[in-house]
Amino acid sequence: MRFELIRRDRASLEMALMAPVLALLAAGLVSWALFAAMGVPAGRALWTIAATPFSTWYDFSEVLVKTAPLLLIAQGLAIGFRARVFNIGAEGQLLIGAICASAIPVLLPSAGSPLLWVAMMALGMVGGAAWAAIAAFWRTRLNANEILVTLMLSLIAAQILTYLLLGPWKDPMGMNFPQTRMFQPGALLPGLLPGTRVNLSLLFGVAATIAAYVFMQRSVTGFRLIVTGTAPRAAGYAGVSAARGVWLSLLISGAAAGLAGAAEVAGPLGQLQRSISQGYGFAAIIVAYLGGLHPVGIAVSSLVMSAIYIGGDNAMVFADLPQSAVLVVQGLLLTFYLIAATFVRYRIAWTGTARA
Amino acid sequence: MTPGATSGPASGQPEAGHPEPPRQGSQPEPGCDVPLLRLRGVSKSYGAVQANRGVDLTVMPGSIHAILGENGAGKSTLMKMIYGVEAPDAGQIEWNGAPVALTSPSEAGRLGIGMVFQHFSLFDTLTVLENVALVVPGSPRRLAARIATLGRDYGLQVDATEYVGALSVGERQRVEILRCLMQDPRLLILDEPTAVLPPQMVTRLFSTLRVLRDRGVSILFISHKLDEIRELCDAATVLRDGQVTGHADPRDTDTRSLTRMMIGRDLPPALPAEPGGAEGAVQLQLSQLDWTNPDPYAPDLRGIDLKLRGHEIVGIAGISGNGQSELCALISGETRLPTRAAGAIALRGQSVGAMGAAGRRALGLAYVPEERLGHGAVPEMTLWQNALLTAQSRGLTRRGMVDRRAALRFAQDCIAGFDVRTAGPEAEAGSLSGGNLQKFVVGREIMLAPSVLLVEQPTWGVDVAAAAEIRRRLIEMRNAGCAILVISEELDELFEICDRLHVLHDGRLSPSLVTARTTPEEVGEWMIGAGRPDAAPAGKGGGTGPARPGSSGTNADRPDTARPDSARPAPSHPDRSDPAAEGPGAGAASEGSDHAV
Ligand SMILES: Nc1ncnc2c1ncn2[C@@H]1O[C@H](COP(=O)(O)OP(=O)(O)OP(=O)(O)O)[C@@H](O)[C@H]1O
Ligand SMILES: [Mg+2]
Repeated sequence: MRFELIRRDRASLEMALMAPVLALLAAGLVSWALFAAMGVPAGRALWTIAATPFSTWYDFSEVLVKTAPLLLIAQGLAIGFRARVFNIGAEGQLLIGAICASAIPVLLPSAGSPLLWVAMMALGMVGGAAWAAIAAFWRTRLNANEILVTLMLSLIAAQILTYLLLGPWKDPMGMNFPQTRMFQPGALLPGLLPGTRVNLSLLFGVAATIAAYVFMQRSVTGFRLIVTGTAPRAAGYAGVSAARGVWLSLLISGAAAGLAGAAEVAGPLGQLQRSISQGYGFAAIIVAYLGGLHPVGIAVSSLVMSAIYIGGDNAMVFADLPQSAVLVVQGLLLTFYLIAATFVRYRIAWTGTARA
Repeated sequence: MTPGATSGPASGQPEAGHPEPPRQGSQPEPGCDVPLLRLRGVSKSYGAVQANRGVDLTVMPGSIHAILGENGAGKSTLMKMIYGVEAPDAGQIEWNGAPVALTSPSEAGRLGIGMVFQHFSLFDTLTVLENVALVVPGSPRRLAARIATLGRDYGLQVDATEYVGALSVGERQRVEILRCLMQDPRLLILDEPTAVLPPQMVTRLFSTLRVLRDRGVSILFISHKLDEIRELCDAATVLRDGQVTGHADPRDTDTRSLTRMMIGRDLPPALPAEPGGAEGAVQLQLSQLDWTNPDPYAPDLRGIDLKLRGHEIVGIAGISGNGQSELCALISGETRLPTRAAGAIALRGQSVGAMGAAGRRALGLAYVPEERLGHGAVPEMTLWQNALLTAQSRGLTRRGMVDRRAALRFAQDCIAGFDVRTAGPEAEAGSLSGGNLQKFVVGREIMLAPSVLLVEQPTWGVDVAAAAEIRRRLIEMRNAGCAILVISEELDELFEICDRLHVLHDGRLSPSLVTARTTPEEVGEWMIGAGRPDAAPAGKGGGTGPARPGSSGTNADRPDTARPDSARPAPSHPDRSDPAAEGPGAGAASEGSDHAV
């Protein structure tokens, strides 16, 4: 039995909706086999990952805490992805955003304004956008591949963070831990749901979703970006500037990632630490694709991904799962989604006989 | 029929296909009365659109069978089912008398069916050789050699090392045909293969097809050019609205009856365009335009001078690959000149060489490119979104937001105004039949009411009635004052609508020839570079056809434009405004050409 892929007459809506579900199921199945092979109680581990995030109000509030940065970053990335500008370094932009935002409370520890966080958010966005702008510059100037540039810039960002935390910004009273001092109250984001760590950054995510929806589905600029991504020649024909698309995509996604970083340090953490991100910048790539690069889809997929984070944490505790296993689950999810997404545009045709 | 007769150019083909015994032993011996292919009651619908209903078709071995029908009649759909790309909803396909289920192209390929699609199926980022190697087995070295010899024998020269993305539409068509022939098919499906080939290549292609037919290969041939069909085919099936409406032997059916079978009425006689009369201001001017192609195998443009006024249609003839795509990109702004050379292109008095496409559009330029899928339109987007692509300035946006209603209305007007057969403005551009998408793109650009319109291959793939309509619209626009530049390989068409002609050969533009006072023969000489007294040996680029176009039969029976003496190539005039130029200078040019050949 051989098969081949045949292009469909039109994109299949059912398949577009089914793809993430199928990807979840397939990723679950393979993880199950993998956990079993590792000697971990596979059923229990999967159950922990899938169910515990929604079992208690506290767990669910933690899911929302993690949803916020994922949602924010993924909405920004998806805009670029639809224009075929692949910003893979949101992680770095997030770190730079966090560093820029932290500069205010770290350098002005006695500033007492209750609205310090507003300036921090702005600075975070600017920082993230500036970091991404480096890639845009080289892409438009030298046609340097933005995938590589953004990715390598993430490594540099991580080194900058380490340098600051081990050197100039280290908390003098922090018993030599690589972290800054705790921020003053004015430098913290207001909480959203009392009794939980959910804060304003979730609203940023929601606002980004609405903005992304309007931008991509309604605005002329968004339409042009999509044309650049789907048919570059037609874009040139219509007079849409490819360079402008690159700049716009990278600035938007950089700003979103920077804001997410700022909101992390001013939100759940309250200080700049080494582990501010937990790989949000990379996970958001998966979130963006799982959501079909559509603002509404991303809102759902960010919740799912965040639940996997929380579930994975729980599984580490209760099912003895190594931390890297969660990364494997995420990777499987993306792989299977990309496979399933192929069938939105293509169908399988079975050819009965083997080639002579 | 003389099976196995290896005469003519195709004898150079190493593994020439013979009408060998059937490859599947279980099937009955194909005698002369067993059709090679038989369709019974084949139907196919796409959603609400019924593309084919109950189609019966019988193709005999060694026959060249035409499929005729207006745009959207279902011709391509039917061919795709025979080639296994689409599955029929109902009906049966028989091959050599036995029913077959064709589920994929490779399945069809194994039976010996080859197809050249209306829209290309080549990979832009691969070379010609790599594209061929994807479907034809053999070592790269042998394939390259075969591409070269077959190309020469069949008059389908292409450079095997060139990237497909850098080829013009006409050159891609040659690759497609060549690749298909290399697989030694027993049934060859050609979906509008001649739409973008220049006449001399069409002639070569036809003799190749006749040789193949004489060897027992059957050919399904789709074309909107009825003369071609009458010249080549021995059977014809006419489709209308997805149904078979008649059969004919095209050899003894005249064009008019064929037209009536296709569109159900007579075509109004094509009137040669009256000269514009009014002399407009210069709208587009190229002055000594030089451009060095970054692709070393494609032609550079050298010293191009052109003046395009309002109230006139100027044609650029020439075989594609001689700089047409480069010239269009430079005029449209998709390729920009460096600022210091910007003055070489002036649009409505403004030097625009360094300006982008959007700026030039804002100055009143509209452009219909030759490739409609992916260039003139985004296949994955709906028609109203494709309207938005270039018609934003026509009130389709409001404060930076898309005015969906207005875009829908614009697309709907275009559909109605240009008789685009489609489900509606929400249909994806890629779902339209080739000719209908062409009508949409042409219509959209015309609806922009431009002052300067640049059109490549205006009637590519469009049926006779619609082609006449497009030409009528172009003339109407000219009469209203628009300046129109038409780039086409179809001499008949250029002679029908243009006031003046230039010929582009190897990146150089001939002087202006007044249509009414030149002949296809003279234009043909310029097309092969012989019109220039100093005809230099062809430099780089230009996989040009070797035949002298004057001998091409298709030119003979075009409507007679006002042409005083067509006996011998008439001397040309550098410019219409200078009718007294008929003198020794111009005469010497055509004299010199004779020596240069
Ligand atoms: N993928 C598709 N999805 C929806 N409709 C389609 C699709 N392909 C073709 N159609 C419709 O089927 C009909 C027949 O199309 P087809 O391409 O077979 O026409 P055609 O006879 O080849 O026309 P042309 O001369 O313009 O090439 C058209 O109305 C077209 O819009
Ligand atoms: Mg067709």
